[in-house]
Amino acid sequence: MAKRSAPEVNAGSMADIAFLLLIFFLVTTTIEVDSGINSKLPPDIPPPDVKIKQKNIFTVEISKDNQLLVEENLMKMKDLKAAAIAFIDNGGGQGDAACSYCRGAKDPASSDNPTKAIVSIQNKRGTSYETFITAYDQLASAYSELRNRLAQQLYNRSFDEMDKSYNDTKSSEFKSEKLKAKIDNIKDKYPRIISKAEPK
Amino acid sequence: MSKFKKKGNNELPAISTASLPDIVFMLLFFFMVATVMRDNSLKIKNNLPSAKEVEKLDKKNLVMFIYAGAPSDAYKNAGDEPRIQLNDKFADVKDIAAFIAAERATKREEEIPLLTTALKVDKETNMGLVSDIEQELRKVNALKLNYTTKKGSALK
Repeated sequence: MAKRSAPEVNAGSMADIAFLLLIFFLVTTTIEVDSGINSKLPPDIPPPDVKIKQKNIFTVEISKDNQLLVEENLMKMKDLKAAAIAFIDNGGGQGDAACSYCRGAKDPASSDNPTKAIVSIQNKRGTSYETFITAYDQLASAYSELRNRLAQQLYNRSFDEMDKSYNDTKSSEFKSEKLKAKIDNIKDKYPRIISKAEPK
Repeated sequence: MSKFKKKGNNELPAISTASLPDIVFMLLFFFMVATVMRDNSLKIKNNLPSAKEVEKLDKKNLVMFIYAGAPSDAYKNAGDEPRIQLNDKFADVKDIAAFIAAERATKREEEIPLLTTALKVDKETNMGLVSDIEQELRKVNALKLNYTTKKGSALK
């Protein structure tokens, strides 16, 4: 048996490894950013006395038991988006109010034009916040689906992707005027009008 | 017996500890970077609802946070009813106006219209409280609002 002590491992490069790991994590970790649904409150002034045709209003009521009442009919949450799309995209208007890009049923008893259609969401004081957010999210997603469809038709790309490359610093279209005009055009054609009534 | 006799100079060499500081520094830096700085310690339950149509809340310095929810277990003496939390304290609906004014005072004048109010509301809260907050915000003309949510499908 040879009497040999174990040779000492060279630890000189340990610091390099540690720095390598440090730099790797530095680069890959992202600090979480909060996200949520944006909304705008109406100013605290008495609303102007404008007549809105009843057929241009899509009422979504949420009862205190978290049940949906859409246009006076009971509805499941999963059907809300389809119902909202059918209403917004109906395009039943004539003459000035006609909608050339709508693909809806053109039902004269439903909305005239997406720019005139108002989605009104009304909740009770007892409604849970989660149900409200779910309903609000469904309605917002109805608008974004219509915007995506129109963007696909006009510019052959989705609205989400356009919006992303507009805000992406690495994209060639970052804050480009041309893209902004296209985005605004779609936003004008399908404006997100979700009104929130005061709870009773 | 000589077979078991202790032989000299046969101990394990000491492990070099020269790299320990490096490892410690690495851990330190990692946690420094990965930690989310929370300005407020929450006194309420804050389980946010999920939604799909979310937008990022960038420009952190232009956001005012209003928390609401039932007091968490450690603050049971504040009751079971959902409460509003502003900065580090429980607050009433009427304190919101003062809170917004104080936040605005710390910003430059041209930034004030860009300020967004982020509502971080527990999903078990009822809408009555949320509406009260919104009415209060309308009174002080803080109209940009964000319902902070988790990302995910809202439908179950």
